[in-house]
Amino acid sequence: MNGIHDLGGLHGLGPIVTEENEPAFHHDWEARVFSLFASLFVGGHFNVDEFRHAMERMEPEEYLRSSYYEHWLHAFETLLMEKGVITPAELWGQATPVPLKHPPTVLTPDMVDAVVLGGASARAEENLPGRFQVGDQVRTKNFHLPTHTRLPRYARDKIGTITIVHGAFATPDTMAHGLGEQPQQVYAVRFTAEELWGSTRPDSVCIDLWDNYLEAL
Amino acid sequence: MNHNHEHTAPPDDLALRVKALESLLLEKGLVNEKAMETLIDTYEHKVGPRNGAHVVAKAWADADYKQRLLEDGTAAIAELGYSGVQGEDMVVVENTAAVHNVTVCTLCSCYPWPTLGLPPIWYKSAPYRSRIVIDPRGVLAEFKLDVPKDKEVRVWDSSAELRYLVLPERPTGTDGWSEQQLAKLVTRDSMIGTGLCLRPEENQA
Repeated sequence: MNGIHDLGGLHGLGPIVTEENEPAFHHDWEARVFSLFASLFVGGHFNVDEFRHAMERMEPEEYLRSSYYEHWLHAFETLLMEKGVITPAELWGQATPVPLKHPPTVLTPDMVDAVVLGGASARAEENLPGRFQVGDQVRTKNFHLPTHTRLPRYARDKIGTITIVHGAFATPDTMAHGLGEQPQQVYAVRFTAEELWGSTRPDSVCIDLWDNYLEAL
Repeated sequence: MNHNHEHTAPPDDLALRVKALESLLLEKGLVNEKAMETLIDTYEHKVGPRNGAHVVAKAWADADYKQRLLEDGTAAIAELGYSGVQGEDMVVVENTAAVHNVTVCTLCSCYPWPTLGLPPIWYKSAPYRSRIVIDPRGVLAEFKLDVPKDKEVRVWDSSAELRYLVLPERPTGTDGWSEQQLAKLVTRDSMIGTGLCLRPEENQA
C-alpha cells in the first residue's frame, strides 16, 4: 500500500536526534510491549508480515506522531481484535474475559533461549530457482496496490542490477493477507543514485526484492 | 481503520493501555509473565553491539574467518554463538577504499538484533528512514562522517528478511593487536555505517 510507513525519499521530517548511551528501553511499558511480540508470535496469533501491515494501516498522523513501541502496541490491539483473540469490551474491562476454544502455545521461560537463538527464518525449505543471475539488469514493476508489499515507492519503475541472489523466501505480499508463503527468490538489487534521484553522486541504494517485483530487461 | 475507537476509546495513557492488554492476555492464559521478564532481561543484558564488535574484530584478526563471514554471514556469526530473532539470515558487507556501506529499513525498522541489539530510536525514526536513501552524504555529515567525493556510498535498504552488518575498515596503527584489543575500537555506528571505528588514540578510556 502507498502508506505513511513508506518513508524513503521524503523531505521535511525533521532532524535526526541521537542519544548517548541510549538504554534498551526508555519506559517500563516499552519493555512490556517488546516482550509481548515473541509471546504472541510463538502463540501463532499473527505472522510478522501481518504485524508490519497492521502498523502500515495506522492513521498517518498517528503513525508519525507515535513512537516505535506505540506502533507495536497498535498492531497487537488491531490484530488480536481482528482475529477474534480478544474483544474491545474485554480489553477495556466491559466484559468478562472468555477463554479461547483452542488454547494456543504459550511461551514459557524454559522456551525463551531456544526461541531467541533459533528465531523464525522466512527462508523456504526448498530453494526454488528464480529468473535472474548476478549482473542481470531488471526493471521494477510500477504497481500501486492497496495491500502489503515490500517494494518501496521510491524504487518502482526503476532500472537496477542484481547484486546478490539470496535464495527463496516467503512472500510478504501474500503472507500479510492469509494467502500463504508462496516462496520465491529474493535479490539485492542495486540502483544508482542517478536512476533513483537524478543525482550525479557515485552512490547507490541496494534493496532486497522478490522475483515477482521485477521484469527482465 | 480504527473502526473500534468510536465505541471503545482506549485510555490515552500508554502505560495504562499496555497494562490493560497485558492483564487481559495474562487472564486469558495467552502469555506468561516470567517468560516476558526473561525476554526483557535477555535484550537488556545479553544482546548488544559488543556481539557485533566481536564478529568484526575476529574478521580483522583472522583472514579465514573474514572470508567465511563475507561468504555466509549467518553461519560465520553463529560460530561465535550469535543467532536467532532478527538475524536469522545475515549478510555482511565490507567497507573498502572504494565503497562505504550504510544500512536502513525505510519501510519499518528492521535491524540485526543478535549482533547489534535493539535499534536506537533515531534508526527507527522518520527523519533517518526518509533521508538516508536520498541524501546519504548529508546524513553521514551530521554523524561527523565525510565520505570522499569519488567514493561510493552504498545504502542497504533491508526490505526483506535479510539483515545487514557493515564490516568497517580496520583502523591503521593496530598491527599485531589482539582480537580483544581490536573489539574495543568497534562502535555500534561503525557497524550500521553511520560512523567509523575509533582510532587507537581515541581508545584511552
